[in-house]
Amino acid sequence: MKTNSENIIIKVENLVKKFGDFVANDHLTFDVYEGEIFGFLGANGAGKTTAIRILCGLSAPTSGDVEVAGYNVYKQTEKVKKNIGYMSQKFSLYENLTIKENIRFFAGIYGLSGKVIKERMNELLESLQITHLKDTLISSLPLGWKQKLAFSIAIFHKPKIVFLDEPTGGVDPITRRQFWDMIYETARSGITVFVTTHYMDEAEYCDRVSIMVDGRIDALDTPSVLKNTYNAINMDEVFLKLARG
Amino acid sequence: MKQFLGFVKKEFFHIFRDIQTMLVLFGIPIAQLLIFGYAVTNEIKDIKIAIYDQSKDDVTLQISNKIISSGYFILEKNLDHISNIEDIFKKGDVKEVIVFEPDFAKKLQREGIANVQLIADASDANTANLIVNYTSRILMDYIQKENQLVGQPLQIDTEVRMVFNEGLKSVYMFVPGTMALILMLVSAMMTSISIAREKEMGTMEVLLVSPLKPAQIIIGKVIPYVTLAFVNAITIILIGYFVFGMPLKGSIWLLLLESFLFISMALSLGIFISTMARSQQVAMFISIFALMLPTLLLSGFIFPIENMPVLLQWISHLMPPKYFIIIVKNIMLKGTGFMYIWKETLILTGMMLFFIALSVKKFKIRLE
Repeated sequence: MKTNSENIIIKVENLVKKFGDFVANDHLTFDVYEGEIFGFLGANGAGKTTAIRILCGLSAPTSGDVEVAGYNVYKQTEKVKKNIGYMSQKFSLYENLTIKENIRFFAGIYGLSGKVIKERMNELLESLQITHLKDTLISSLPLGWKQKLAFSIAIFHKPKIVFLDEPTGGVDPITRRQFWDMIYETARSGITVFVTTHYMDEAEYCDRVSIMVDGRIDALDTPSVLKNTYNAINMDEVFLKLARG
Repeated sequence: MKQFLGFVKKEFFHIFRDIQTMLVLFGIPIAQLLIFGYAVTNEIKDIKIAIYDQSKDDVTLQISNKIISSGYFILEKNLDHISNIEDIFKKGDVKEVIVFEPDFAKKLQREGIANVQLIADASDANTANLIVNYTSRILMDYIQKENQLVGQPLQIDTEVRMVFNEGLKSVYMFVPGTMALILMLVSAMMTSISIAREKEMGTMEVLLVSPLKPAQIIIGKVIPYVTLAFVNAITIILIGYFVFGMPLKGSIWLLLLESFLFISMALSLGIFISTMARSQQVAMFISIFALMLPTLLLSGFIFPIENMPVLLQWISHLMPPKYFIIIVKNIMLKGTGFMYIWKETLILTGMMLFFIALSVKKFKIRLE
């Protein structure tokens, strides 16, 4: 994988997000490099989703600086939006539109031209081997397919970064494996992948991972360095050691 | 702009593919037109009347006092010229005018018979019927008591005239009411549900992350419903006109313009509801209890507002459909121009701006 550690594509400094007295993100500071797969790990409620929402411009931080693709997230939101793709926790395509209509719609709101949409759509349908299903309503597809399609649509406009918020929740191990193959392929094509998960085996697939505990980032490095540092055989153990303090 | 059109197209797909949505949009209006034709009322209280007394003698004064002290009527005005009658009806407060012929007492004494004319505003057919019946009973009562005293058979001849709706057709009442209800339903309820659905499905987040601006998303959601609500409005007017023979005395353009205003008001209300509701069920629940039932019960659609307890009358002033029903009745039945409905128009405009301002404020808070 060609990770270019010189080019920082996401820069977060002292990010704080409070909801009343509750501190969801406590002074987060980290960089993400262009072209890497960055794993954003933590237990449920550790503050992952809050942080990813801020990075995407869906929520404003209480204080701190966030730069995505070279733009300030809340001052240049429009520019940031053109350069990112997003796949939310809830699987998010329109159930009563067909595969083709969903692709057209989402590509359309990113301003792609009809010709480009047609070309890329044919490519995509072929690579997912669903050309014969293009006029089928999404509601009749199995969950695994929907998720793969949702991911493909999130990167359809070739963003610089794609944010995946727990993309593999609720799918079987085989589909999860296939999904990670797609993530690898995406990273190879030069798109930075920022992925949150609480499956620790998935953490092994990432170039670098950060581990959040109670709103703070307690560790950030490559999986092999983390395993050495914490003297653990796998990421699961690393995580348990950190979480128990 | 192309992005935006794509959005609107998607919204139409949602509507046309969902059987339930289609039923609400097109099935309910027709069903309701048929059902509400049988709406009945049965009691009157504090009805405003005017008296045009051309005789001004003891007898007419006694009768007037008897009518006014009955509890059913309040004297709004004593008229002194026949031409005032039409004006006072157009203003809309006065529901009945009682006309005594000149030399009423003399005629009654000399010829044993005198004439009184009852003119009622029948744009609300049920109420008009009740008002006239009540007034006639009071007149009868008076004459019976006089007969006992005097011992000679006197007679008051009552002539009844209904204005604006001579056939006393209740369809004239429920066409405007159904129109208000349907437009409220389609505009406010369907919009709020469709926005809540996107939130529930998680697609709203994806839209907000995309380069589409929030205003584009909202307007894109709203346009299909404006269009369909307008189609509904026209359908109801056409059914009223051709099937039930409802007149359209005023300007069709003014009517459409006012419909458009009411639709916009309902949409802004729908958007406001959707900023509060997290799920489709909640949006539906709020819509039914905050919009449907009050529209049915408190807007003057089925039950005359004049007969409600004071507290409910106050609440009815907050019901947007009330004003729309007044506007539609004025334009269709009375043929009045903008001059007579500017107040109601202003209130609807104010309500619309109020809900838009609230939604914008709510929306900003959510983003924080």
